[in-house]
Amino acid sequence: MTSSLCDLPAREIVRRVRSRECSAVDVLEATLARIRAVEGRSPRTSPYEPADSDREKVHAFITLTDGRARAQAEAVDRALAAGEDPGALAGIPLAVKDIFCVRGTLSTAGSRILENFVAPYTATPVERLEAAGAVTVGKVNLDEFTFGSSNESSAFLPPPGNPWDPRRVPGGSSGASAAAVAAGEAALSLGTDTAGSIRQPAAFCGVVGLKPTYGRVSRYGLIAFASSLDCPGPIARDVSDAALMLGIIAGADPRDATAAAVPVPDYLENLEAGVRGLRIGLSPDYFRIQVPGPGTGELREQAIAPEIEAAVRRAAGVLEQAGAVVIDDVPMPNTRFGIPAYFVVSRVEAASNLHRYDGVKYGYRYPEPVADLRQMYRRTRGQGFGPQPKLRILMGMYVSAEQYEKGYYQRALRVRTLIRSDFAKAFDPSGPYRLDALLTATTPTTAFELGAVYGDSVLMQYADLLTVPADHAGVPGLSIPAGLDSAGLPIGVQFLGPDFSEGMLLRIARAYEMATEGEAWRMARPRVLEIA
Amino acid sequence: MTGAKRAANQETISRAIFDHLVELAALELTPEEGDYLRRELNSQLKAIRELEAIEVDPGTPITSHGVPYTLETSPPLRPDEARPCAEAEEILAQAPETDGRYIVVPDIPHTDLE
Repeated sequence: MTSSLCDLPAREIVRRVRSRECSAVDVLEATLARIRAVEGRSPRTSPYEPADSDREKVHAFITLTDGRARAQAEAVDRALAAGEDPGALAGIPLAVKDIFCVRGTLSTAGSRILENFVAPYTATPVERLEAAGAVTVGKVNLDEFTFGSSNESSAFLPPPGNPWDPRRVPGGSSGASAAAVAAGEAALSLGTDTAGSIRQPAAFCGVVGLKPTYGRVSRYGLIAFASSLDCPGPIARDVSDAALMLGIIAGADPRDATAAAVPVPDYLENLEAGVRGLRIGLSPDYFRIQVPGPGTGELREQAIAPEIEAAVRRAAGVLEQAGAVVIDDVPMPNTRFGIPAYFVVSRVEAASNLHRYDGVKYGYRYPEPVADLRQMYRRTRGQGFGPQPKLRILMGMYVSAEQYEKGYYQRALRVRTLIRSDFAKAFDPSGPYRLDALLTATTPTTAFELGAVYGDSVLMQYADLLTVPADHAGVPGLSIPAGLDSAGLPIGVQFLGPDFSEGMLLRIARAYEMATEGEAWRMARPRVLEIA
Repeated sequence: MTGAKRAANQETISRAIFDHLVELAALELTPEEGDYLRRELNSQLKAIRELEAIEVDPGTPITSHGVPYTLETSPPLRPDEARPCAEAEEILAQAPETDGRYIVVPDIPHTDLE
């Protein structure tokens, strides 16, 4: 497949559209053509029989909003013709994770219970992106209510395929966001990260994913999972595009009291200032990890995949060459408790947030006659929710029920404090490490095969063990591509920094990107683009 | 750990506890679904038990969200003023069953308060 307008960086699309080298409609046409070429059959809730041909395609979009996109693209072109400013994102094709409400569109959360829900309002980050001239091409698939790390738990199937090898998962929960961006079906996607749901799929799909500081981006209009952890953020093909997008979506919002009143810097301004003198840390606690053993479920210590560890150390070397100071052996001893604490905190919050789905005011209602309201609730929720929401509700009720809880919830919240204190010590400007950022692998493995983990809810959760500590602590994390493994699958590394240090993380990542610009792996393209 | 002990551990969420949780959660499950969910819950609890291994000073404060909100970073409260809702019809149109501007639900069972 030849590359087209839809493969350009978002900034280059804006430049061409604004200088009228091409129109926003041209960009949209190229994007829709790409979608037709790589997408395959649309994910649906009807009974799903996998076919071999499904494993060659991406299946990212639950809903294509091509009518909305065309109107937006035409508005950009009209504004330009009239000499008006069409916005900083003029003409950029955007895919929105289907966990965000967008007025007038189906907003499903990947769940049967919201299959026919048409949002009556638009989420703040989407509103800001559209107001800046972005063109929303559609709503993309995810794990049901974002509950997963592979996208296989969606009620809408086929599940998305990884563009680098569609027999493998794109990661999750923003899996179709990362897949769509990697395959050129959108230049940017808006995802969410609660335990790693932006960074892990970005790593699996060879794109850039940024989990901002908690409170950096408004959650208004985001269908809630775990309200103390959920962070909307950008998925893009390069660091500069992620910086461009974050600048638009970040900032206080009168409709979200947790959106912090912290000024938004110009993330593009110092992006190429380099890393000379910056302190980048490596931690043994991110190289040796505790994971459940196959069969027994007993935790055992093992190393992350050797090729991934090598990529992290290579990245540290590249940054050192560029003038950074690399600090080895930064202790992050509570990293291993991230998943156990997350099992408690996120489930309690999920159970609370999922009570609202009851078949009364919106969404699915069990259609047959019932004895009374309670039976309607039980049947509606029994049929509307898939296994993941059910599991999370039940665990949330168990660990928060007075007669069962054994202090788990309070304990998990204290462990969260310990995890945050690991970061505080590493970043303390008067401490022994004084890091500007911690550099770690984003994931312990590269993308796994469809069906390899799904069904084992413990093992699936452990896919997030390197990403979840930043969510507990609220600090920002940025995953970038850092090579391919011997099977040709993308490897991601992440930079973690202090609160509101997104500008610094982007700058470090951009330095890595510039220093590795000429490397052979950067020329490789996802397989789905070769076979389409 | 002996096999018997492990089996006992895996059964922390017994069928009776599970049924109680299902009732609290207002879910109706098929038997197969119930078996799968209970098995997964018990394996998740095994992971959660790792928390018991950590020495946590009872004086450790809890973190309810990672980032602290100071006076400077907390957004100001909105003025408490009524605003018209322009989308009332759109919102009502989402209800599964309506009668005029009322949302219809099945009979609400009568409960005597103790």
